[in-house]
Amino acid sequence: MTKYMVRRVIMAIVTLAVVACTTFFLMNAIPGNPWLSEKTPTQATIDALNAKYGLDQPLIVQLGKYLGNLIQGDFGTSIKMQKNRPVLQIILEMFPVSAKVGILAIVWAVLAGVPLGCLAAYKRGTWIDSFLRIVCTIGISMPGFVVATLLLHTLCGGIAGVKLFPALFDGTPASYVLPCIALGFYPMCYLSRQTRTAMLDSINQEYIKTARAKGLKNGVIIFKHALRNALIPVITYLGPQVAFTLCGGLVVETVFSIPGLGRYFIQSIQNRDYPLIMGTTIFLAAFIIVMNLLVDVCYKIVDPRINLTRGN
Amino acid sequence: MNKNDDILVSVEHLKKYFPVKGMKGPGVQAVEDISVFIRRGETLGLVGESGCGKTTLGRTILQLHQPTSGKIVYDGEVIYEGEDPWKPGANGVMQDVKVPKPRQANMLPYRRKMQIIFQDPSASLDPRMTVGEIIGEALDIHKLFESKTDRMDRIKELLSTVGLNTEHANRYPHEFSGGQQQRVGIARALAVNPEFIVCDEPISALDVSIQSQVVNMLEDMQKELGLTYLFIAHDLSVVRHISNRIGVMYLGTMVELAESYELNRNPMHPYTQTLLSAVPVPDPQLSRSRQRIILEGDIPSPMNPPTGCRFHTRCPHATEKCRGEVPEFKEYAPDHWAACHNL
Repeated sequence: MTKYMVRRVIMAIVTLAVVACTTFFLMNAIPGNPWLSEKTPTQATIDALNAKYGLDQPLIVQLGKYLGNLIQGDFGTSIKMQKNRPVLQIILEMFPVSAKVGILAIVWAVLAGVPLGCLAAYKRGTWIDSFLRIVCTIGISMPGFVVATLLLHTLCGGIAGVKLFPALFDGTPASYVLPCIALGFYPMCYLSRQTRTAMLDSINQEYIKTARAKGLKNGVIIFKHALRNALIPVITYLGPQVAFTLCGGLVVETVFSIPGLGRYFIQSIQNRDYPLIMGTTIFLAAFIIVMNLLVDVCYKIVDPRINLTRGN
Repeated sequence: MNKNDDILVSVEHLKKYFPVKGMKGPGVQAVEDISVFIRRGETLGLVGESGCGKTTLGRTILQLHQPTSGKIVYDGEVIYEGEDPWKPGANGVMQDVKVPKPRQANMLPYRRKMQIIFQDPSASLDPRMTVGEIIGEALDIHKLFESKTDRMDRIKELLSTVGLNTEHANRYPHEFSGGQQQRVGIARALAVNPEFIVCDEPISALDVSIQSQVVNMLEDMQKELGLTYLFIAHDLSVVRHISNRIGVMYLGTMVELAESYELNRNPMHPYTQTLLSAVPVPDPQLSRSRQRIILEGDIPSPMNPPTGCRFHTRCPHATEKCRGEVPEFKEYAPDHWAACHNL
């Protein structure tokens, strides 16, 4: 187990390095620079700013410096959006906001999606199954901003007399509702479909017949024997999805003006705030890597046959 | 029926149809109008080629499948009775008619008395549970043991009864060999002290060397615990060895049922004769001199079975009558039943 963990950590560091390098070159490949705004500064000003922030040096030198700082835990400072504030500080300020919305969204997605998937599998071929299939297909194929906009339009005053929730995020409990619904709708639908498929597979296994022969009630059979065997694909999907959702639904945060990491991520790209782009990307990547590791450990709990240390 | 009959399980006109999506009519007619009884303490063997409905019959008796119609009686108590929803319409096509809801007993108390050993041991044990949990769960459902130590003792006792080590209780099914897994399956079935066990091809998935061990173990258990078996297999020689009586199935129907020795000596139904002639004999001379009956054609689809006698499409003695009329399952000699027009 220790050997396994050491190997995983080394792999994680390599992955992060690759992510950092790729992001660095890609972001420098985008036309434009941080200094462009409505008022284009003179070339002399741009040169001066570039020199100040080290952007006049060759890319490879910049990357080397950045990675060197990164190893020491220094993510650099923002050069545009919150000038001269450390990137790490910005991330740590933004992330809790995103995480709060994200956790709520993922919790309701799991609590609704998994049981609904079980229900659809159990009632296979009935109208319940068909209804859930339609809802979930819509949920999976509809982009998040459409869901968000629809919710905003219908429940926040678009229809005369109906104004159940505030349209702008202000930190009150009521303002959490719509972003959470919008953010969790896609994972909920996806989870429900995933669970249904896996459940159908396990429901038809022989050990389900054994459980019935023992005299177990249907509910116990479904949740204890069938669902436990169907959880692997669900967990696989959930790991990275938790990371994505917690780091902010990029679009949903923009629609609801939530001051979270997701919205900042987009704005940092729009503004070419290079250190901020790097910081948020690496943070998200690290988070996904950690979640994947957790998922692998969860496999072991759910399925005792899986041996983490064996293989390759 | 005989005078000393002490009948434990009986089924009358049992039918099990599986609906087929997009097809009108009854679908797959897996079990078609079977009536059979099993005496207390005996082993009834059930043979027939794959797809003839042996397994479905066994599982329907235990109500692991919902029966379509018929009657199932366990130890004098009716546990299922339902009217046939399929009646031949004007043009001979089966029509779905409204029938009253079948009478069904609460199965939980019967799950203690009727158990099943499945064919594929690796598939029939939940891979996420240890052997101890698998066996213990059955004890918990029926609340057989109050204290934890009694429960654990019972699990250990069961494991040693089937020839496994007591420390195997903490292992998972995949850590065992096929033969050991089947022993776990047997221990699991025995856990609740059942009277009647459906052995659904319990040895087909095992190596030949293990087969005899498991068969012998099943026989020993029967003697010790006074069990009644419905033993399903497609290997005639094994069934002949273990059974008191043997039933032969073809395409969902029972074609012949007789005492084991009698069936081998004096097979009445042409299908039984064919089956017996196909059993390998460990004697080259006898084997060469023997007449093998080879059937023409394939088994018809149970979705669209032949009219009249279901065997008439392949029977060497088929007549006009066989094509039109379903033969009655009758007792031709004492305890020797068959369904054929030519007897």
